[in-house]
Amino acid sequence: MMNIPILSLLICVPTVGALFILFTKSTEKYNSHKYISVFISIINFILSIYLWYKFDNSNSSFQFVENREWIYGFINYKVGVDGISILFVVLTTFITPLCILSVNSTIKNRLKDFLVAILIMESLMIGVFCSLDLVIFYLFFEGGLIPMFLIIGIWGGTRRVYSAFKFFLYTLLGSVLMLVAIIYIYWISGTTDVEKLYEIGIDAKYQKILWLAFFSSFAVKTPMWPVHTWLPDAHVEAPTAGSVLLAAILLKMAGYGFIRFSIGLFPIGSDYFVSFVYVLSLIAIIYTSLVALMQEDMKKLIAYSSVAHMGFVTLGIFTMTQQGLEGSIFQMISHGIISAALFLCVGVIYERMHTREIKRYGGIVEVMPKYSIIFMIFTLGALGLPGTTGFIGEFLILMGAFKDNFLVAVIASLGVILGAAYMLWLYKRVVFGELINEDLKNLVDLNKSEVIILTLLAIPSLYFGFYPEPLINTVEVSVSNLIDNYNANLEIYMANKK
Amino acid sequence: MEYFILFLPLTAAIISGFFSKFIGEKFCNYITCGFTTISAILSIIIFYDVIFNGYQNNLLIAKWINSGSLQVNWSIKIDALSAVMLVVVNSISSLVHIYSIGYMSHDPHKPRFMAYLSLFTFAMLTLVTSDNFLQLFFGWEGVGLCSYFLIGFWFKKNSANSAAIKAFLVNRVGDFGFALGIFLIFYLFGTVNYDEVFQQINLFINDELNFLGIKVNSIDLICILLFIGAMGKSAQFFLHTWLPDAMEGPTPVSALIHAATMVTAGVFLVVRCSPLYEYSEFALSIVTIIGMTTAIFAASVALVQDDIKKIIAYSTCSQLGYMFFATGVGAYNVAMFHLFTHAFFKALLFLGAGSVIHAFHEEQNISNMGGVKDKLPVTYALMLIGTLALTGFPLLSGFFSKDAIIEFAYLKNSSLGYYAASIGIFTALLTSIYSWRLIFKTFHGDYNNQSIKIEKIHESPMVMTIPLIILAIGSIFAGYFFKDLFIGFEKSYQFWNSSIFFLEPLSSEHPPKWFIFLTPTLVTVSIPIAYYFFVKRKDLLPVIVDNNRPFYNFLKNKWYFDEIYEFLFIKSLKKIGLYFWKKIDGLVIDRFGPDGISSIIKILSNKAVKFQSGYIYQYAFIMLVGFSALLTYLIIK
Repeated sequence: MMNIPILSLLICVPTVGALFILFTKSTEKYNSHKYISVFISIINFILSIYLWYKFDNSNSSFQFVENREWIYGFINYKVGVDGISILFVVLTTFITPLCILSVNSTIKNRLKDFLVAILIMESLMIGVFCSLDLVIFYLFFEGGLIPMFLIIGIWGGTRRVYSAFKFFLYTLLGSVLMLVAIIYIYWISGTTDVEKLYEIGIDAKYQKILWLAFFSSFAVKTPMWPVHTWLPDAHVEAPTAGSVLLAAILLKMAGYGFIRFSIGLFPIGSDYFVSFVYVLSLIAIIYTSLVALMQEDMKKLIAYSSVAHMGFVTLGIFTMTQQGLEGSIFQMISHGIISAALFLCVGVIYERMHTREIKRYGGIVEVMPKYSIIFMIFTLGALGLPGTTGFIGEFLILMGAFKDNFLVAVIASLGVILGAAYMLWLYKRVVFGELINEDLKNLVDLNKSEVIILTLLAIPSLYFGFYPEPLINTVEVSVSNLIDNYNANLEIYMANKK
Repeated sequence: MEYFILFLPLTAAIISGFFSKFIGEKFCNYITCGFTTISAILSIIIFYDVIFNGYQNNLLIAKWINSGSLQVNWSIKIDALSAVMLVVVNSISSLVHIYSIGYMSHDPHKPRFMAYLSLFTFAMLTLVTSDNFLQLFFGWEGVGLCSYFLIGFWFKKNSANSAAIKAFLVNRVGDFGFALGIFLIFYLFGTVNYDEVFQQINLFINDELNFLGIKVNSIDLICILLFIGAMGKSAQFFLHTWLPDAMEGPTPVSALIHAATMVTAGVFLVVRCSPLYEYSEFALSIVTIIGMTTAIFAASVALVQDDIKKIIAYSTCSQLGYMFFATGVGAYNVAMFHLFTHAFFKALLFLGAGSVIHAFHEEQNISNMGGVKDKLPVTYALMLIGTLALTGFPLLSGFFSKDAIIEFAYLKNSSLGYYAASIGIFTALLTSIYSWRLIFKTFHGDYNNQSIKIEKIHESPMVMTIPLIILAIGSIFAGYFFKDLFIGFEKSYQFWNSSIFFLEPLSSEHPPKWFIFLTPTLVTVSIPIAYYFFVKRKDLLPVIVDNNRPFYNFLKNKWYFDEIYEFLFIKSLKKIGLYFWKKIDGLVIDRFGPDGISSIIKILSNKAVKFQSGYIYQYAFIMLVGFSALLTYLIIK
């Protein structure tokens, strides 16, 4: 069984499916394309679960590695997974089918193209998490921009073009620097193979500048303060499915990039910039939480809360402790599920009322009891209540941060209070209270498919909240290996300095 | 058996919460009441086992978080301390469940209400049976969540929703300290398991931490941080503001959560961590000071409130203050004793108040009541018992526990101890006055309600009065029967065993005779005084109030805490948020970031467009200029 190139299969299946949809005519049945794409993405999900099942937790090296020559002596197509990347692959394949399922009457025109964009995006995202060659990584990483750009630009709201360009400008600007850095790495090390680079290391004197180049790209995608302003706009304009993909998976590429490349390749650079990242993360946590508190648009509020949550992630990664890193990975998975669900929740009522303004709602628990329960579960997840995944991620991150720096942990913990404030206030204004607005009285509660989608998201966010072992076990060895390498590199550097 | 105690309420909550449509409302009542009652009986059996056989156990249910050196399990720890809490939580909970059948009988969402109550019971049980700080934190937040749900149970009321959020957020502030305390414990001890932490304590007694350039003893810091958590949950001074507002919830909730169980979690935490607190003189004095400040502050505010539930809420706050200063003077077992007796008489008072409110059709203002003692004889009698027990009338349960606290404070033989004791005595006097004020204004005098005719006032049904009677029996006898076990000299050490740690044994002396008699005398004398002012000569009070207007307003407005917090935190944070959003995000980042760049590009391209004029002579001219410039450059070079 090991001979099947399972990772390539994972990457290719959605694209093949997309091509299939592209070249078949849509039949009289309106949804046939949708079902085909759901089917394809579910196959991919099963494949990834099989991959996870076959994956050896106790082995810290890359597994399922495939290495093919692409351009002789220059670039190899090399993919492989370790404990860290496999979770993101599973997250991607898990979210995509739900995302496609959630596509409904809101996408009125060019449904086919929309599905094609989502499927291609899935391929690219999986590619990002699997690639073990910098050039390949770059291609996937930037490639992911294009379908998202189209999703916002074509199927977005009224200000879609502005948002799409803002999104494109920001992310491209960062990426250019990363491309230069990758070329530079090839120039000084003679390879872009990540495994080899891990072994030989990168010359200490270039590390800081290279770290900055990579950072500029990842910081925009995370997004970190102060380059976060594209995210709220992009979310507000994007259709629900686009928002879900953006929040759940696209943002995680950067966090993954920090772990895999910034820390893995440039330990000395990372060490040098730790305080810099801490400060930006803390600003992200406190600042955006306060901004989220004042939002009048539901999607914007959740978008800002995403920035705050990702602030926790970057904070945890650079604590370089077992708890901090595991917490960050956990937080990314958790945020992937919970933010996806929250955007879907907003989508549900937006579809019925065509407004996202918080003021227009209130008291909908009376007409939508099922919706209120499910929305409450994810609200609690987002504010980090124990028993949900949100708690474990945040708590581990803060624990790791505390080990490294007392004050940082204290300030970041304040963000937890603010998180509860904006989420509960949002919930109160939308769901509770007297049902005054006449239009709301005709709201219909969740239909079957909405219940199924949201329940499927609620199950893991509660299950892993009570029993996080499966996730933590998967990453444990890889993370400790990463930390050992990091510390070893630093020691050598310090010894040489003397 | 332990599994049943813990998971029966959870099962009941799930059944009642999700399947009420299939099994019917009645069946939900039976399930939730039945399961919690079984749970209560099992807890009493365990309690019995602990008393007579010194039973102890530590069950592991499953692994929870396992990250690096952090190992946390789901567990059930049974020792004297958790056994006491089990009995308190489960017995009050089952009585409140039964009472709610009657109280909530007209509510359309009854199954949901019962489910929340059972869920709360489960969360509280995970809190008290934890063997590590993290599960404790889980239960801690869990009870907070249920409290949030239950305060906001009547979701149409805006005030209820706001109160619910306020409760959650103020508790979050406390949890902020608590979580930091847990981080610090993990940082120092490398574990969050109670036993492992307490065993290592000797290694860290003189350990110092550098915090912002100040050297702090690490044990002191841990204790203070944990105490901040306790202050939030137990509504102590500075973090008390949520408790009176929490009275927006249905009255059974106030009895269970905001009197008998959840709010005592803070006291439980401090007692549980007695091995830590015993090594921190500094933290103990902070606990004492906060405790006694709360006691006297809340009692003073309770004097002038008119809402029957708010008076009892402030009284709870004040009694929790007593418990804290008991722990502060090192008398952890006495604190637990007061927690135990307080659970009975405070639940009784709340449920009794609920009965009154029920009779008056949701009227809560005591100025609109009065003269109904013959109409509500059972409620009146039971409320009287509750009041006598609360004020510490001789031989009732509050007498044994409250006086013991004051005595131990006195025996501490330090200036802080004497101070605490005198505050304790004065607060006992205030307690007596506001409690009797409540009784006299509610039941005596003339009937003052305009909207409801007195003939319509009727006694509550049996399903509500029977739990009250059981609680009344507890309020009368719990003190007398359990005093040796909880605070007796020989027996109590044997009973508490290792669950409470004393660095030095408590003083076995007796305070002077006059001191012992002081509090009961004051309490008893205050009854006729209160009767004189609140029933006989009602006309005197407005005069006194008029003469002391500013002081009265100060008390009436609860020392202006809400106004100050509103100004300091809520308004200013909102302003800052708005500023960040509109000014920094909008005017700075976007203006100089993406918008700026795109506008620059636009300007440049507009300029570039002008070059393409279409006239050949212009192009030729520019080419010529360029060519000659190039030539010049090459020649000079």
